[in-house]
Parts: sequence; C-alpha cells; structure tokens
Amino acid sequence: MAESRANVLDGAPPMVERPQSTDTAGEGAGDRLYYGVLWVLGFFVLVVAGLIVLNLALVSRPLFAVEGVWDFVKGDDWDPVTQKFGALPFIYGTLVTSLVAVVVAVPVAIGLALFITQFAPHKLAPFLSTPVEWLAAIPSVVYGLWGLAVLVPWLRTSVEPFLGRAFGFLPFFKGPPIGFGYLAAGLCLAVMILPTVVSVSAEVMKTTPEAQREAALALGATTWESVTWSVMPHSRAGILGASLLGLGRALGETMAVTMLIGNSRNISISLFAPGYSLPAVIANEFAEATDNIHIGALAACGLILFVITFLLNAAARWLVTAVQKGPARVVT
Amino acid sequence: MNALASSAPDSAPAVAAGAAIATPKVEVQKLNVWFAKNHAVKDTSLAVQVHTVLAVIGPSGCGKSTFLRALNRMHDLVPVARVTGKVLVDGQDLYTREVDPVLLRRRVGMVFQRPNPFPTMSIEENVAAGLVLNGISGNHAEVVERSLRKAALWDEVKDRLGHAATSLSGGQQQRLCIARALAIEPEVLLMDEPASALDPIATAKIEELIHELKEHYTIIIVTHSMQQAARVSDHTAFFYMGELVEMGATEQIFTNPKERRTEDYVTGKFG
Repeated sequence: MAESRANVLDGAPPMVERPQSTDTAGEGAGDRLYYGVLWVLGFFVLVVAGLIVLNLALVSRPLFAVEGVWDFVKGDDWDPVTQKFGALPFIYGTLVTSLVAVVVAVPVAIGLALFITQFAPHKLAPFLSTPVEWLAAIPSVVYGLWGLAVLVPWLRTSVEPFLGRAFGFLPFFKGPPIGFGYLAAGLCLAVMILPTVVSVSAEVMKTTPEAQREAALALGATTWESVTWSVMPHSRAGILGASLLGLGRALGETMAVTMLIGNSRNISISLFAPGYSLPAVIANEFAEATDNIHIGALAACGLILFVITFLLNAAARWLVTAVQKGPARVVT
Repeated sequence: MNALASSAPDSAPAVAAGAAIATPKVEVQKLNVWFAKNHAVKDTSLAVQVHTVLAVIGPSGCGKSTFLRALNRMHDLVPVARVTGKVLVDGQDLYTREVDPVLLRRRVGMVFQRPNPFPTMSIEENVAAGLVLNGISGNHAEVVERSLRKAALWDEVKDRLGHAATSLSGGQQQRLCIARALAIEPEVLLMDEPASALDPIATAKIEELIHELKEHYTIIIVTHSMQQAARVSDHTAFFYMGELVEMGATEQIFTNPKERRTEDYVTGKFG
C-alpha cells in the first residue's frame, strides 16, 4: 500500500501542466506549490492518526494514575464501582475471535480466489466474485442480527453439540453449548472478512505471469499442479498480506462482535464459552461511564487496540517482505 | 532404404516434406487452429524426420507460434481456441481422447520465447522440476548434472546450484530452461523463438546447442531470424497468413525457393 502511495507521489510532478510561458521562475513556483500541497495532504493522515493517539493517551491518564499499565493489561478485574480495571479478558476475546475468523476464512478465501481466477469458466467468474464483494457492503449490525437469528441457534443446537462429541477431547470444544461466545463471534467475523481476503488474493493471483503457468504445463504438470507451481509461489506474499488485512478488520470490528460474543468478562480456552472484546466493552460502557477513571479505562482499551493493530501491521509488513524475497537465494 | 539410414541427419533429401520412406517422428495432417473466429493456422500438413531440426519462419502474426503450440496441445488451455486435424508423434494422434495432454507434454518438451525459470526456486530445483512434477524418483542430482551439461550450462553454474535461478543472466536462464526441458527426456523439443530475447553471444550459444541436441532429439524451432533458420535447421517451413507456403531442405528454401512468396520473404522484400 505504501509503495503505491509513494509511486503516486513520485509520478505526480510530471503530471503538472507545464505553463506555456518561458518564465522558468514561475514554473518552479508552480511545481513547489504542487509539491507543498501534496506534502500537506500526505502529512494530514499522519497528523490525524497522531492526534487520535495523543487524545486517547490524555483521556486515559486518570486511569494510569491509579493503575499501572502492566497491571491494567494483565488484570482480569473490571469493576467501575470499586475502580478496579483490568483489560485482559477483552484483549483475550479480541485476539481469539479474530484468530478464529482468520483460521476459518483464509482457507475458504484461497480456495474461492483460486477457483475464480484459475478454474472457473471465464464467463462464470464475475458471477462468483461479485456476490463475494457484496458481502463487504452489508452493514455489520446486519451481520450481528444474522448471527443472533441464525448463527447462534444453529451453533447451540447443532454445531457445538457435534463438535463437543467429535472433538471434545480438545480443550477448545469443551463446555456447554451456549451459542453466544467466541465461536459465534469468530465465525461471523470470518464471513465479514471473507470478501477482503478473497478480492485481494484474487487480484494477486491474476498477476501471475502466464509464462510461469506454461512453464509448469510444458513439463507435464496437470492443471492443478501448474497452479501450485506457479500461482501459489507467485501469490504467497499477497495472500499473506490479504489475510493480515482481514485480521486487522476482524480486530477492530465492534457491532457484530458485541451482539454475538456474550459480553461476559471471562477468559476461557473453550471456544463455546462467552467472552468479551475491546471494542465491545467500549461500545457497551462508554455511554454510562461518568467518572474520569472509568472513561480513562475505556480510552486505555482503545489505546491497546491501537497498539495491537499497529504491531500487527508492522509484523505483516515484515512478513510480506520476507516472503516476497523467497527462500531460494542462497541455499547451499 | 532402411529406417536407420533415413534417421541420419545427412540423408536430408530423402526426408523432404511428406516423404514416406520412414515413419516421420512428427507428422501434421490438415491442422487448423482457430481463436474464436480468427483462423490462425490453415490446413497445414508437414512431416519431420527423427533427429532433424525443422525451422519454422515467417513474418509476425503468420501463425508460426500458434502452429508450434498446437504440437503439444498448449491451446487446450485457451477457452476460445479450437483445433482440428491430426498431429501424429510416432504415428499416434495427439488429438484423440485417449491421449493425456499431461503425458504428451512429457514426450514433447517446450522452450519458450522468454526464459521462464520458476523464480522462487534454485537452479537445481528448476532443472529437477519436471522430475518432481512427474513423480520420477531416483538420483536427481545426476539428472540435474547431465541435463545441465547437455544444455552447456554446467560449468557456469556447478558451484552455485543452490542459487536462485533468477540470479542468472538471460542467456543462462534460457539454457536453464532448456536443461529443465531435457531433464524429463522428451523425444521432441519445441522451441518458440528461444533466442529472441537474448544478445548475440547468448544466441550463438543456443544455436550451437541446437546442433548438439539434434543428435538425440527431434527439434522444431520457430524463429523470425532467417539467418538463424539457415544456421541451425535441416528443413525450413515458411508460413504466411496462417498457411504453410513452402517446406523443403533449408538450403533449397533459401537459395532456390519454388514459391514466389517464399522468395520475396527470404530475399527481404517483405516481412
């Protein structure tokens, strides 16, 4: 993303219309003005992001006056009356639901993107990819309603009892089938991030050079092998990037998760259990938070969410470049 | 005349187009290729004898690459392409239902216009790619060395087999692609303007290589360089507007063509 933005900037100056006059000073001034405007616009984004962090930090100061940062992160008490604040259940719930979403969505998305770009008849492909993109246009509160009306009852009566019977020996699938919980929120998030992962992956797959596929085919590869030998190596960095983009979306999703996660301040390894998430606690409590410490605690939750997203993006960037370079530089 | 004699390259006069002395290695009968409504190759018939080099020449867009790609069914992948006619390799038609294009492409190898090594793989992995794809086990290192030697690349890369294939120069990459094609022991090698993206020195190396390879392989090479066709081939086929205008011994095509259009092309009047 940043590269493309940089390219836009690099490419911009030649697009300035050259004045017909021979007044070179005027031309230089025009260029400088244009450049200056772009700089301001570019920095505007940074400034806004910086101000948000600053504001969150300022609002959360009353909390950190009474509670250490580390105590806040690892504490699991949350009681506005006694002014005990610990965000661990929210952090945990946010991470677990997002992880479930990515684990479920990414394989489906890769399969879908491969089918759309490599296997589907050319005339059929748009009929497949367009509905997937529609998924991105559905408001998240509607996803939440769908989750309440369809997903939760289905999980409670069918999926969770089945998983409990079949895989109950795993700690993830223990406990009573409630319906509301990490699994419901995670699955709903999976559907929500699917269009992002599919469309970004498909775009990358489409850029596989035809020569690569032909190389594999000419060596006697089947259609499927030609894909695993050419499209997948070419696209792996892009798919990773797409997955992390999806993960980023899942981390920040508020409404659907708030409606489905159960909103119980609880840390459980079982995915059937209800939990809580950082955005959900902010959305639920901000309206009724009156004292500065409570508000500060909610702002601190926002700050933590910000930090998680930021670290994730940094990791994504690093991973994508590492994968792009490929393994076959110096093997021996 | 027995079959052995006619398989020797110097029995060239006996193996002109359509000669029925020995079963040709590759025989094309009334081949037509359409892309949607564009009739790209028209009613082409020709024969290539074993261990000879056929050069296919003609101006851009004359259908020579399309013709070549029909010989290992690469058009199967293009939804709008339609192929009729027969392509016989050792007397067996490639375009019948029973022929698995995957197995066919093992017997008929292909080298493309631009070097296309697998970019994420090492030199060694690239050469062994065909073996891995076809589930051929055994001593891959030995096959890799043999193939690289045949492609005249071994001495240049033997100390860095684990390096990325993309670290090689364009000419080396193309020879790597030739080694990769040779590793699965094809009988016929199709080359689609293999030197068009290379500099003169790299081109000379590829041409020299073609001379050596024809001892063991039957080669069909598409080229837009008439000099190259004259240097490397035993026979030359001239295509124009999707039609095979003339085919014959290379010397005859360049010195004494029968068709006016061939003469105009080889003397540089158009093209």
